[in-house]
Amino acid sequence: MDNLFLYVIAFLIFPGFLFTSSFGLIVSWIDRKVSALIQWRVGPPFFQPFYDLLKLWHKELIIPATAKKNGFILAPLLGISSVTLLATILGIINLNPEYQFIGDIIVILYLMIIPPLSIVWGGFTSGNPFGALGASREIKLMMGYELPFILAIVTVFFKVGSISLGEIIQYQHVHGVMLNLPSMIVAFIVSILCLQAKLAQVPFDISEAECEIMEGPFIEYSGPLLAVYKLMQSMLQVVFPWFLISIFWGGTSFQGWGILWAVLKYIFIITLVILIKNTNPRIRIDQAVKFFWGWVTLVALIAMILMFMGY
Amino acid sequence: MPNLSTKWLKKSPWIYHVGTGGCNNCDIEILDCLTPRFDVERFGIKLVVSPRHADVLLVSGPVSYHIKSRLQEVYRQVPKPCVVACLGACACSMGIFKDAYSVAGPVDKVIKEIDPNAIFVYVPGCPPKPETMIMGLVKALQKI
Ligand code: SF4
Repeated sequence: MDNLFLYVIAFLIFPGFLFTSSFGLIVSWIDRKVSALIQWRVGPPFFQPFYDLLKLWHKELIIPATAKKNGFILAPLLGISSVTLLATILGIINLNPEYQFIGDIIVILYLMIIPPLSIVWGGFTSGNPFGALGASREIKLMMGYELPFILAIVTVFFKVGSISLGEIIQYQHVHGVMLNLPSMIVAFIVSILCLQAKLAQVPFDISEAECEIMEGPFIEYSGPLLAVYKLMQSMLQVVFPWFLISIFWGGTSFQGWGILWAVLKYIFIITLVILIKNTNPRIRIDQAVKFFWGWVTLVALIAMILMFMGY
Repeated sequence: MPNLSTKWLKKSPWIYHVGTGGCNNCDIEILDCLTPRFDVERFGIKLVVSPRHADVLLVSGPVSYHIKSRLQEVYRQVPKPCVVACLGACACSMGIFKDAYSVAGPVDKVIKEIDPNAIFVYVPGCPPKPETMIMGLVKALQKI
């Protein structure tokens, strides 16, 4: 009974919903502010993402006549609950690497696919041609980046000889972080590129391209449901880099200087993402799929070969 | 409830731009507001691409007969509460297009046909300067 209570706390407050969402909103402010500074603008005030969310929450919710009502409402809720679960599992294992279950990383990888799928679902159920177009682009993009991403993660599995996140973190406590090895640096670069696509940031924001298909899957969403999607996206900005840190960079510890070190690692990754976002134009969907199945997969294979050669 | 919602609306008005047959000059001035010099993101103003996300409908131009039903449709698509901002002399009072054969009327008249309680903001000028636009919008939002 006690354990159940702790799990509920972990899911709702730390490291689950409350922590991830507020941290994610702060990160989305950093994102907008840094982008503004790069473009020589002043940028929004600190609480802007919170204002946006509160405002959306109080607006009218319109469900289009052509939409499939249940799917339209359920899709964002499914997305946000899966991100929360993801954050909870990641956080608990990072807090205490001893705590694990067999193949937890497989569960994590599957949970990471659900938010894009919820966007796809929302796009198709919205009954809007642009929504359907965006959703189909999202599926193609997913097919593109999942292959090299899994290859990069599998490289780590072979190195450690385990498919459990706790053991990967413990291995790094003993043998030093993965990023000390050249092969792992290559795999890390591959996963940063996939991260960019997973977060739907600019060179790969093809599914919601605002100038051509008007935010694609989100086009029909208004008010609270749009707020849920926005919140989900900013939570993803916390969770995905955190996963990469756990896999490649020794995880995060919440004791003493560990917190500062964890935040620095996180800021490094998110700054990379923002810089890539601000210096690249959007590419077409066929270019993106070719890019991921061609060069990126090739580099991921090179990382794997390097790892088997012992580098 | 309406009080609370407009409270946050002031802090982050998202704008959807509707061109209703103006001379395109106002539309170009809107883009000026996004440049580093004026940077409307300071006030949380953001240009959105779908009327479903909008809080402010920024209308420029007199409403021609062609666009009238479209403007009304777009207004119906915007989740309430929302504000209609009439940008430029044309949208406020038809400007130089007054009494022309092809215009249906100023924006407020067209929108009031479907929603008598709509909230309007008028920003005159031909075209209004970006400073005027920002000032008009910010002032009007404070009054709601
Ligand atoms: S107000 Fe003046 S600048 Fe603006 S659309 Fe009308 S004629 Fe053009």
